[in-house]
Amino acid sequence: MPRVTYIQADGQAQEINLEAGSSLMQGAVDNMIDGIVAECGGSCSCATCHCYIDADWVDKIEPAGEMETDLLDCVSEPKDNSRLSCQIKVTDSLDGLVVHLPATQF
Amino acid sequence: MAAKSRCIIIGASHAAAQLAPTLRQQGWTGSISMISNEYSLPYHRPPLSKDYLAGAKNAEQILIRPAAVYNKCGVGITMGVTAATIDRRNKQLQLEDGMTMDYDKLVLTTGARVRKIDIPGVDLDGVFYLRDLNDAQQIKLSTGANKRAVIIGGGYIGLETASALRKLGMQVTVLEAMPRILQRVTAPEVAAFYARIHKEEGVEIVADVQAISISGDKQVESVQCHNGTEYKADLVIIGVGVIPNTALAEQAGLTIDNGIVVDEYARTSDENILAAGDCTSHYNPIYQRHLRLESVQNALDQATVAASTICGNLKPYSALPWFWSDQYDLKLQIAGLSQGYTDVVVRGDIEGSRSFAAFYMREGKLLAVDAVNRPQDFMVGKRLILQGNQIDPGQLADDNLPLKTLLAS
Ligand code: FES
Repeated sequence: MPRVTYIQADGQAQEINLEAGSSLMQGAVDNMIDGIVAECGGSCSCATCHCYIDADWVDKIEPAGEMETDLLDCVSEPKDNSRLSCQIKVTDSLDGLVVHLPATQF
Repeated sequence: MAAKSRCIIIGASHAAAQLAPTLRQQGWTGSISMISNEYSLPYHRPPLSKDYLAGAKNAEQILIRPAAVYNKCGVGITMGVTAATIDRRNKQLQLEDGMTMDYDKLVLTTGARVRKIDIPGVDLDGVFYLRDLNDAQQIKLSTGANKRAVIIGGGYIGLETASALRKLGMQVTVLEAMPRILQRVTAPEVAAFYARIHKEEGVEIVADVQAISISGDKQVESVQCHNGTEYKADLVIIGVGVIPNTALAEQAGLTIDNGIVVDEYARTSDENILAAGDCTSHYNPIYQRHLRLESVQNALDQATVAASTICGNLKPYSALPWFWSDQYDLKLQIAGLSQGYTDVVVRGDIEGSRSFAAFYMREGKLLAVDAVNRPQDFMVGKRLILQGNQIDPGQLADDNLPLKTLLAS
């Protein structure tokens, strides 16, 4: 089970074991991690599952698709390492991943 | 708050799945019970007419949260039971199986049910409505490549279903009673766009036609229309809208007006009974009128407000409604409500391409946006609606001008 650390905007961290094959978004929702809203349930429509991938991990994750990139352009405080967590599949190779959550999803 | 306080949530809906854990997060220490007349944990309903039907997701994959979350939050879930009556004076809920439960706070998240049509043959095998997981499961069993499906109703549900069934290789006909599909919800330009796409994808859309009977021996064989036409069918799906589930609230004497009336804190006319989601009618400060919405956004946001209210932390509900619809490779995102629009401004090639945005305007201001494969226009559109400024239609229509530049800083 890959272990992922979610870090809130205020620095509070939660380490969670995720089911391989589920998404970073679902992992957050299943563990009631504040800061991921995920209104559309992962269909890449709402951009309320925005997160920042820790710099050490950015290269190890498949790049965003066109739809995701367009949505990311419009989130509040987009950065180079911005991603929609519903579009990232958790795999064993992501064991140890660290993601940072934005202060707001709106 | 007394540790022994009891909160009962009726309906295992999207709102319920949001409400129960949020209550805990907000500090509710009493008991939480969820009563549902279905046999599944709360699930995402939108995929039923999309990924679930097309086979891309199974029942487990559409659950909103796994069972473990409810356990962790100490939420007791009773499935397959219908709530019968509410005794407000004694703060008691009676279940249909005769059981009685005491409550301190009761939340109605009863959702909506399908509008039924009354024509001969609707009870034949192979004729379905689509609202819950059970419906979708039954429909799936009747699908198959090259089989013929007739869909009655050219709204979003009907069209999404058409798209999913095409993916499965079925021959699909959509019958719409109004002069065009999506009549109540979109501008003629947008409806024409969807009519074109469905045609390109091989779906036959027939508007202005009323289905008057369905025939077959035991299993459905065909659908007859008012003008004498007939369509062969192995499967018929009826999608002609939904009605809010208000019977329980009505019986309890709560105020009902096209849904259970709630205030901006999700409270019904009884302060100990709250309601959230499709079953409610609430005042929206952005559009300055009462709304009954059929949307995930509303269910989530209103449930969050209800949780805060129950925990004594009053936060008024004020959100811009938004919706989405996936058909084929088209991702439609809708921000705002278009009712009352006087002009439509189109950005992009709506007649030839598969990507555009339609802006619904009134008195120079933006009311709503339909964006197809244009997430940026949707996202910026949301903000433009909320800003409420006068917008130059020429600039909106100019596809070379990034929409962002129209935002007031
Ligand atoms: S959950 Fe909606 S875009 Fe990720």
